[in-house]
Amino acid sequence: MNKLKIILNGIITENPTFVLLLGMCPTLGTTTSAINGMGMGLSTMFVLMCSNVAIAAIKGFIPDKVRIPSYVVVIAAFVTILQLCMQAYTPALYQSLGLFIPLIVVNCIILGRAEAYAAKHNPLDSLFDGIGIGLGFTIALTLLGAVRELLGTGKIFNLTVFPEDFGALIFILAPGAFIALGFLIAIINKLKTK
Amino acid sequence: MLTYISILVTAIFVNNIVLSQFLGICPFLGVSKKIDSALGMGAAVTFVMLLATIVTYLLQIYLLEPFGLAFMQTIAFILVIAALVQMLEIILKKVSPSLYQALGVFLPLITTNCTILGVAIMVIQKNFTLLESTVFAISTALGFTLALTIFAGIREQLALTTVPKAMKGMPIALVTAGLLAMAFMGFSGIKIG
Repeated sequence: MNKLKIILNGIITENPTFVLLLGMCPTLGTTTSAINGMGMGLSTMFVLMCSNVAIAAIKGFIPDKVRIPSYVVVIAAFVTILQLCMQAYTPALYQSLGLFIPLIVVNCIILGRAEAYAAKHNPLDSLFDGIGIGLGFTIALTLLGAVRELLGTGKIFNLTVFPEDFGALIFILAPGAFIALGFLIAIINKLKTK
Repeated sequence: MLTYISILVTAIFVNNIVLSQFLGICPFLGVSKKIDSALGMGAAVTFVMLLATIVTYLLQIYLLEPFGLAFMQTIAFILVIAALVQMLEIILKKVSPSLYQALGVFLPLITTNCTILGVAIMVIQKNFTLLESTVFAISTALGFTLALTIFAGIREQLALTTVPKAMKGMPIALVTAGLLAMAFMGFSGIKIG
């Protein structure tokens, strides 16, 4: 029960994108389609889970003064593993996400959770926190990707909803990302105040 | 010469790092409430980006590639950037306290600023020479400063207007950024050389 609570906390109460407003660069940069958003979300979730567990496990050995650089090295190591695996098994997704894969290192969500959660809890709880926050991030990115893909091309996950000619190309381009995210957050704010 | 001008114009206007490449959104949204702090952040980023790009470029060419360590790029770069920022902070404190006063608060934020690591990796991917990388780093940082300053100017005005309750704060800022990005799209298609 307790573990379920940790996961739900990551998805709803502390949703990294809609509530904490962290990790905005990949959120805006990779959500040109639902599938890209989901790929980015799952990649981040993988790194977040691994780094949370690793940091929670080694926190006793790290001197307090050098903890941030040590965390960054741990995170960078997992990002490199992810990079090599994606290059080998999902080259198409790796191509379309491009620069944003190595930039997971500087994603504030991961360092933030390491500092705020993993450094204070045991590895198992940290794993569930990683799953929760990772899922929250993935859901947010998939949602934003789906909205942009639908408005821009009339498709969701490549399934046609309405003809492509009626799509507004602007939502696939840069400005659409800002505007779509702005309205999504506004809608969530509205729902929360009710 | 034309190549360098082309890099300059492209990086500042056509492929603006914030508004069309989505790097450095965190400081773009976080440090853009006042024009003064936007300019300070821009100056700090320019300074660090220039140094970091040159250092990581040399590291890649003379250390990682000859020894077949290119897969260590991400780890090596982020460590070098973190160390560089820390060092810069210490040196500035000692050598020029007034500059430290102006840039000091922004320096720790820069390590996790994805523009620095992004540009360091980009110049390697684009196979730039050292001089081209330097020009690219400076012009990207100028583009960042430009976007940040314009946005801060708009937000100073925005603070005085009444907006629907649910749109207050971040949502309206994001929509504004969207309109700004739309304006910058007008530059796309410009080609020099």
